[in-house]
Amino acid sequence: MTRDRATNIVSSVYAALIFGFIFLPVIVLVLFSFQDGRLPVPPFNGFSLQWYEAVFADRKLMSALLHSFFVATLSSLVACLLGFLAAYALARFKLPGSAWQRGLLIAPMTVSYLIIALGLLTVLNVLGIALSLWTVGIGHVVINLPLCFAIIYSSMGDHHINIERAARDLGASDLKVMALVTAPMLLPSLLASFFLSMTFSWDEFIIAFLLSRFDVTLPVEIWSLLRSGLNPKTNAIGSLVFLVSVILLVVLELFLFGRTKKS
Amino acid sequence: MAAVSLEDTERRKAWGFVAPALVWTLVFFVAPFLFMVAMSLWAQQGGSIVRVWNFGNYIAFFEKDALFRGLTNSLEITAIVTVLSILLAYPLAWIIAERVPKKYQRTALILAILPFWTSYVVRSYSWLLVLARNGVINQTLINIGVITEPLELASNRTATVIGFVHFFVMLLTLTIYANLVQLSPNYRRAAADLGANAFQTFWHVILPLTMPGIMTGAFLTFVLCIGDYVTPQILGGNNELVLPQIIMLQLGRRADFPMAAALSIILMLAVTAAYVACARWLKIERT
Repeated sequence: MTRDRATNIVSSVYAALIFGFIFLPVIVLVLFSFQDGRLPVPPFNGFSLQWYEAVFADRKLMSALLHSFFVATLSSLVACLLGFLAAYALARFKLPGSAWQRGLLIAPMTVSYLIIALGLLTVLNVLGIALSLWTVGIGHVVINLPLCFAIIYSSMGDHHINIERAARDLGASDLKVMALVTAPMLLPSLLASFFLSMTFSWDEFIIAFLLSRFDVTLPVEIWSLLRSGLNPKTNAIGSLVFLVSVILLVVLELFLFGRTKKS
Repeated sequence: MAAVSLEDTERRKAWGFVAPALVWTLVFFVAPFLFMVAMSLWAQQGGSIVRVWNFGNYIAFFEKDALFRGLTNSLEITAIVTVLSILLAYPLAWIIAERVPKKYQRTALILAILPFWTSYVVRSYSWLLVLARNGVINQTLINIGVITEPLELASNRTATVIGFVHFFVMLLTLTIYANLVQLSPNYRRAAADLGANAFQTFWHVILPLTMPGIMTGAFLTFVLCIGDYVTPQILGGNNELVLPQIIMLQLGRRADFPMAAALSIILMLAVTAAYVACARWLKIERT
């Protein structure tokens, strides 16, 4: 009993220390985003919302935020749709070389984002295609398509086949089966892959940095803010991004959790 | 997965469904990658790319110390980060799996990985707030009178390692926890019945059984750490450049695309080597 208690005490202390380490930078970030002064470092001068006002008044940051939202939504939709179609084809039809196709679709997951970005950049450069938010979006579909495909493919259980067959026997076309039967049955994993790829795209830096030019996404705009050194405004925008990510995460958790409960 | 065998029209339809994803991957991933491999064998001369095939960039990499140091710096930092992260994450994963009541485990786990979701760029910046000359640690130490002059905690390798370890402790806690909760309590009971003490049980039973979780996490750590540009750039300063920083320098300052391509291929080879080394434990699904 005493030994168990000792283990408990050591465990609690250890957990507290590691949690402290994990949360330290986030707490400092959020705390000093309310700093009433020009430097986001101790001493804490008092509570102020001026830096949040500064963020919302910053036209460049606000347009970057919109760009990020636009790129994340559109690229996730495309990745989800392509992933779903491919997963449907590979799970429901016998295609030659399907193992190779799956390997090919998953492959970008194993390559660092820097290399994917560089590959696209060199080709765009040679073809003379101008960099824009569209090229960033293309890159984000490349990194998120494997994820969407893998999630959706793994949830395409055999038990759905008979339901689909029944729908077909009742005269539904393939597209109708897919849109009205398969997709609703797979809704949790479709939503999970959509929101997961949104969080990845929303926060992705290196592809957005290398493949954008005049219109940039939020992480790239934050990156250029960093050049001005420590600044409470950076804290404020950072805290806001964290808040958005946590909200996305909660949404995701609800859908994933709903799914695990069912199975 | 069971699939219905089909006639030609059906098969054509199936190709139609899978084609968009395949074409996207081929056009925007495979083709650019192959092009980059080709480009790594060309050269940059006087501001334009000369399409002469040779291994000049790779030879230069091994001959120029400034370039080669990038790889060794990357490997050293990645190795330190991976080992430290495993050592710190394992006990936490164990505590969450074994000591926290079942009801609160999910909450504890979500809390343990919450800062994972701060912005990628902001996460490194927030360590700067902690480590800077006038940052939280220095101010605290000065206030309690431990030091009189601020310590140089940022802009060096230690800062890079701290930033990385912070990120990967969360990742590894997740993979190791996932592995730990799958273990049946019977293993422990059996080991105890056979006379093993707590340490022996851990060392000979639990640890080997959680190796897949450790290796999956270690591999992810290796891949993400060695390929990252942001953390070393923000926290590491410009003293000991890692490979991604050198790649970005080739691009930004010198516009030397062939050299950047060659360095990227070398980066990828390092990751492949790590994969081969961990492959035994990384059972990547092949259904």
